[in-house]
Amino acid sequence: MFVILEKKRLNPDVLEMKVSAPRVAEFAQPGQFVIVIPDKTGERVPLTICDYDRKAGSVTIVFQVVGLSTRKMARLEKGDAFADFVGPLGKSSELISESPEELSGKNILFIAGGVGAAPIYPQMKWLNSHGKKADLILGARDAGQLILVKELKENANKVFITTNDGSAGTKGFVTGPLNDLLLNRSCHYDRIIAIGPLIMMKSVADLTRSFNVKTIVSLNPLMIDGTGMCGACRVTIGNQTKFTCVDGPEFDGHLVNFEEAMRRQAMYKPEEKEHDHLCNMDLAVEESHSKSLK
Amino acid sequence: MITNKRIPVREQKPEIRRNNFNEVCLGYTKDEAIAEASRCLNCKKPLCITQCPVNINIPDFIQHIKNSEFELAAKSIARASLLPAICGRVCPQETQCEGQCIMGKKNDAIAIGKLERFIGDWSSEHLPTPELPKIQNGHKVAVIGSGPAGLTCAADLSRMGYSVTVFEALHKAGGVLVYGIPEFRLPKDTVVAHEIENIRKMGVKIVTDAVIGKAGSIDELMNKEGYDAVFIASGAGLPKFMNIPGENLNGVLSANEFLTRINLMKAYNDDYDTPVKTGKKVAVVGGGNVAIDSARAALRLGAEVTIVYRRSENELPARKEEVNHAKEEGIQFRFLTNPVAVIGNEKGWVKSLKCIQMKLGEPDASGRRRPVEIPGSEFLMDEDTVIMALGTSPNPLISSTTPGLEVNKHGCINTLEDNGLTSREGVFAAGDAVTGSATVILAMGAARKSAVAIDHYIRTKYNEQTHEDK
Ligand SMILES: Cc1cc2nc3c(=O)[nH]c(=O)nc-3n(C[C@H](O)[C@H](O)[C@H](O)COP(=O)(O)OP(=O)(O)OC[C@H]3O[C@@H](n4cnc5c(N)ncnc54)[C@H](O)[C@@H]3O)c2cc1C
Ligand SMILES: Cc1cc2nc3c(=O)[nH]c(=O)nc-3n(C[C@H](O)[C@H](O)[C@H](O)COP(=O)(O)OP(=O)(O)OC[C@H]3O[C@@H](n4cnc5c(N)ncnc54)[C@H](O)[C@@H]3O)c2cc1C
Ligand code: SF4
Ligand code: SF4
Ligand code: FES
Repeated sequence: MFVILEKKRLNPDVLEMKVSAPRVAEFAQPGQFVIVIPDKTGERVPLTICDYDRKAGSVTIVFQVVGLSTRKMARLEKGDAFADFVGPLGKSSELISESPEELSGKNILFIAGGVGAAPIYPQMKWLNSHGKKADLILGARDAGQLILVKELKENANKVFITTNDGSAGTKGFVTGPLNDLLLNRSCHYDRIIAIGPLIMMKSVADLTRSFNVKTIVSLNPLMIDGTGMCGACRVTIGNQTKFTCVDGPEFDGHLVNFEEAMRRQAMYKPEEKEHDHLCNMDLAVEESHSKSLK
Repeated sequence: MITNKRIPVREQKPEIRRNNFNEVCLGYTKDEAIAEASRCLNCKKPLCITQCPVNINIPDFIQHIKNSEFELAAKSIARASLLPAICGRVCPQETQCEGQCIMGKKNDAIAIGKLERFIGDWSSEHLPTPELPKIQNGHKVAVIGSGPAGLTCAADLSRMGYSVTVFEALHKAGGVLVYGIPEFRLPKDTVVAHEIENIRKMGVKIVTDAVIGKAGSIDELMNKEGYDAVFIASGAGLPKFMNIPGENLNGVLSANEFLTRINLMKAYNDDYDTPVKTGKKVAVVGGGNVAIDSARAALRLGAEVTIVYRRSENELPARKEEVNHAKEEGIQFRFLTNPVAVIGNEKGWVKSLKCIQMKLGEPDASGRRRPVEIPGSEFLMDEDTVIMALGTSPNPLISSTTPGLEVNKHGCINTLEDNGLTSREGVFAAGDAVTGSATVILAMGAARKSAVAIDHYIRTKYNEQTHEDK
């Protein structure tokens, strides 16, 4: 069993959990992910590794509550355990294979959208610990949705914050500051790493294509096994079919077929709605219950 | 009196079973088993044995059944095979043991598989569970993968006194037995889980959720974690696609995905969270066991199912018994038909499958007549789901993280045939990882040879007497 060592609410919809998983912690690298099974009847839920502590044998995940499984996970408390916690899976981030010399001469920009801040964090932290601070554009729906701001700022050089409603930073999308940096200030970046909702990554890739800046995105398709066995996670990269769980999750954003990826991600929407209906009722009951306790 | 006709085995009726996932074949009762066993001629030169990949002494165990000595029958089988309840159910008997049974020349072959299954089931009900081996020799062996090959090798080595740990990538042990072959052919709790539990009781440690190659490599297992030898039994789990237009449309999935959702994740059971979508009309592309299993699973979820196979019925590689079951249940077959494209609707979901008619040409390398396209014969089949069951190849996860491990051009691990030794010292391999998709019994047979070879290797290394010499 994989015991939850710490639980923290980063915003109303996003939770952080530190989980005891020594084997995963021992081998984890930035950019990789785990698959979590909440309980015996649960689904296999892929989540990015946000932090790891090899000595303590723990791995940190950050997840947004969006449907049945993440809701099940959110109900677990410190001291409870996940039925399964598999990993590390996928390739590690390309960055970490580069030597400090290679990195020191490079200008890197991260772009995080929503819960995408979570997978960005280990990469920035890793870079910082190797003597390199990168810039960051951090976007969210509103101020309340911003997560890990302090942790990210500690590891970043310049930070630009955007919210859709303007409740924090500049109003608008991450592409605002991006356009400003690339077009108006003529900043040169050797590489941009964008992680967030597909639509955000697509917009970023569309924009950077015209500036010819190498752009890495991290895809999050539906997955089952996460080891290359089912093909559920297949995506088209430059007209070739790839399995995200083994060939990714990071890919060249300019080669990704985003339309297909978005279409495939929504494949099980109707089913999940049905589930959701029941669960929302559960949740409402539960929430009123927990409120009455407070 | 010896009858020519096989004692029929009880089965769920097609019109009932097509609506449930319970086992189709109900197996022999004691009396039926004895009656069927009595038909065996106890041949002096039993041809049946020659066709069993693990050389079970078939007439011997059958004579014991005839005499109601079920425990002796179980012991007789156990000398050659560890998983009779499983092989009795899934072996392609018609091309193996039963295919050469002398009775089959003029009349019905003896139902060797059904008798073996009877003993397997009888044992799990009546025999005590195995015990921890008494003597431990202090050596550690790591097994990668918990399918039939991994479990068999682990059990054999454990009996020889090794401390064996099986590392399994998925959250449940069993390999294809749990994620691939459906419940209606191989019950997961009563049969598979039971066998795995027995192997655990023999002292084998099974670590699930451990993806070797990601969470540690073979070198790390040997150098850091102190394993004296490693046995690779990682199977052939990588699905093939056709590379035709439209294959990434919503509603096109690999048989592995479909079957994993259903078997491993139990998507057919409302108590489980994983969804599965079948739609009303399903086309399954392929003609092996995997295709038939996918088709019958889709049927049970309420779909109208057609199997699309590019050769003719004679070339179907699937087990005969299961093809017949599928037909009885109402699965349609379209032979000499090959998909050329998947057509989608405006929302990106499958709308139809475009196929071309084939005819059989000259024999190919496999000896089967090669299908060739008939120009201009394209036509559309209305479907909302397409399941690709085109075969699988070994996952490169192990080979790509093990320097010096030789594989052939299909990604199969190169080994010495009689002992499974790979190009790396102390590393052995067997099963689908070596042969590509094959059968449970072949995986098991090869794994047993590897167990002997591993014992030999470790004892030679430490200058000890080998298990065989004693
Ligand atoms: C490699 C990888 C890394 C990921 N890392 C993180 C992470 O660090 N934090 C995090 O919060 N989420 C992450 N995700 C997404 C996460 O796996 C899904 O949000 C989760 O599986 C949803 O499960 P659910 O049952 O709660 O929701 P469901 O009921 O399955 O889905 C609810 C809604 O979310 C959509 N959805 C389902 N799966 C995904 C998905 N993979 N991506 C986006 N939308 C989806 C559905 O279409 C539906 O509209 C990652 C996904 C992958 C493949
Ligand atoms: C749908 C279907 C139906 C079939 N029907 C029949 C039948 O009727 N009769 C018959 O004889 N055969 C049948 N087969 C074939 C048979 O199941 C296989 O030949 C047999 O299971 C091979 O055994 P194995 O132990 O080599 O591999 P598998 O059973 O494939 O087991 C390999 C295991 O290794 C694990 N693994 C892989 N990589 C790693 C890693 N890196 N780290 C840790 N673990 C790993 C996998 O998760 C898996 O559990 C069928 C196969 C399928 C898919
Ligand atoms: S193991 Fe398979 S081939 Fe051998 S006797 Fe049993 S059913 Fe026949
Ligand atoms: S060949 Fe047939 S009849 Fe002869 S021993 Fe084998 S099973 Fe019995
Ligand atoms: S999740 Fe199954 S192949 Fe990637």
